Amino acid sequence: MSSAPPSVPLIELRRASKRFVKSLDLAAKIGNRLGADVREEVVHAVDHVNIVVFPGEVVGLVGESGCGKSTLGRLAAGLLTLTEGERYWRGTLLGKLASAQARKQQLKLQMIFQDPYASLNPRMRVIDIVGEAPVAHRLISPRQLREYVGVMLNRVGLDPTLMRRYPHQFSGGQRARIGIARALAVKPEFLVCDESVAALDVSIQAQVLNLFMDLKGALNLTYLFISHDLGVVRFLSDRVVVMYLGRIVETAPTSALFDAPSHPYTQALLAEVGRVEPKKRTYVPIKGEIPSPLDPPSGCHFHPRCPHVMPRCRERAPPLFDVGPGRASACWLSESAADAGRL
Amino acid sequence: MPEPVLVVEGLRTHFFTKQGVVKAVDDVSFTVGRGEVVGLVGESGSGKSMTGYSIMGLIDPPGRIVDGRILLNGVDLRALPEEGIRRIRGNRVAMIFQDPMMTLNPVLRIDTQMIEAIRAHERTGVAAARARARDAFARVGIPSPDVRLAAYPHQFSGGMRQRVAIAIALLNRPDLVIADEPTTALDVTIQGQILYEMQKLARETGTALMWITHDLSVIAGLADRVCVMYAGRIVEQGSAEAVLGSPRHPYTRGLLDSVPSNNRRGGRLAQIPGMTPSLLDLPPGCPFRERCSNAMPDCAISPEVTVTDDGARTIRCHHPLAPIADKAAVLAR
Repeated sequence: MSSAPPSVPLIELRRASKRFVKSLDLAAKIGNRLGADVREEVVHAVDHVNIVVFPGEVVGLVGESGCGKSTLGRLAAGLLTLTEGERYWRGTLLGKLASAQARKQQLKLQMIFQDPYASLNPRMRVIDIVGEAPVAHRLISPRQLREYVGVMLNRVGLDPTLMRRYPHQFSGGQRARIGIARALAVKPEFLVCDESVAALDVSIQAQVLNLFMDLKGALNLTYLFISHDLGVVRFLSDRVVVMYLGRIVETAPTSALFDAPSHPYTQALLAEVGRVEPKKRTYVPIKGEIPSPLDPPSGCHFHPRCPHVMPRCRERAPPLFDVGPGRASACWLSESAADAGRL
Repeated sequence: MPEPVLVVEGLRTHFFTKQGVVKAVDDVSFTVGRGEVVGLVGESGSGKSMTGYSIMGLIDPPGRIVDGRILLNGVDLRALPEEGIRRIRGNRVAMIFQDPMMTLNPVLRIDTQMIEAIRAHERTGVAAARARARDAFARVGIPSPDVRLAAYPHQFSGGMRQRVAIAIALLNRPDLVIADEPTTALDVTIQGQILYEMQKLARETGTALMWITHDLSVIAGLADRVCVMYAGRIVEQGSAEAVLGSPRHPYTRGLLDSVPSNNRRGGRLAQIPGMTPSLLDLPPGCPFRERCSNAMPDCAISPEVTVTDDGARTIRCHHPLAPIADKAAVLAR
């Protein structure tokens, strides 16, 4: 929790980038031959990001849609390969492991998806959804399947007698639990939860969030919790990472971030957080929309919407400056504060 | 209270399916005054959207409004023939949906659709209608309206598309706008912008607004009055301040307690046990009693709507919670 983190991170991404390239189709290639200048479309979904997660930590990853938080989560979970950069698991560089070893290591990282409808195969029974992976990876023998799945379902608060059913026979909250049971079935150490409670009603969401916290304690899990819901992130995480258009703009311990956000984008984001307070409020919008990642603004990506924009923001992207214990903010305004701290 | 634009009395919308009768809306009554923002909150399946659809006359078989009155400016919409409803729908009452792509025709330009919406209800020239469409665009904060009018829906971002849908809803200066989860699919900063525009519009034009959502924080910031729905019924109704600040129905209280930002970090979230009951052949009695911590044997008898707090609030509960005197304590909780 808030005690000093151990020195070896569970997972670390260094200068990680992911670019999605839409290659030219035939018509464009012919066009280029004839002198048209058609370029490949490149999306910098994640742009030179460093992120560490220590064992036992819950790191919240927030940002608006299109900011690259899901891509970063998938990179961390190993579902996508890095275009550039390195990925470490407990200090060892991944990608250089022998395939058998890599497969074993990969089981330690699991993902829980947003949509409890789309992420379960409608033609598979729960027993197979949850039990397929542990059998395939020889964690259990096929004979133990029934008993093992029963234990898993019990752990996530589902009745094991329902294991012969299909996903459509369950409610949204129950399906979310099936997704969690599936991830837990291969005994992971690190879970990436991508908007895992976003599709649930408030009262069901509370049940699933409690389940996450119970499991963390019981199984010694580490979470990267991706969400656009700042209320959920605030409740759950020890540390928060804020992303904007493929880059990390701020990272800080949860309470520090919510008490005093440093980056102008974080400030704007927190100002929009709805609070259930019986008080009428006047909405003061931040202007503009998140720009297209196909054509990001120059310099600091936030500058067209930033109330404190300076000429240099348009020219150079600010690096992450230290702005306090365990905090960093990618804003030129923080540069002087960082310098003062260094002296 | 401002003069009522919409009065709904004892509305019941039932769906007659092969499996049985689904009472999606079951004895719902409320009013919306001029310039007032009324929030209708509830979880999925609580009947909040069906209430909106019933008012709009959008209930298709096997669904049917079986009872109740829907008065718009004193005229009972249920007594009107289909042709009369058509004249009112999109004109005096407009609806904004969660997914703006459902409202917009993807193969028509925005201006075509907007001009059509105006000319369906009154005899206006195309040029005049276009001018009004441009005004509507400007009102909801769409930059360079002339260029954007000539665009197709897919050329807009999600937030802009929702603004277009709102602009279309406002074209004929309706007396009532029913908004069904219009900001749910949007990012928080974009949601803030839309709420800002809606708040301004309700204030400036006196349009009554019925805001259907599951998001309590939106309601808290926007609504004057709140109706909390559960299993097809309004279980608690009153001013936003009273209902959210000092809930008296156990369900409202449970809902508010399970919002993460109302809980202390690192602790356990308060949760309502169980899940929403199926509306199919719902047994008589209070539908919340299976999940309620205050449930008593007499909850097997359906509670009537009772007026409390000197007429400021109605509750549907045999054993309501005591009012909380100290509001500061609520906020600290």
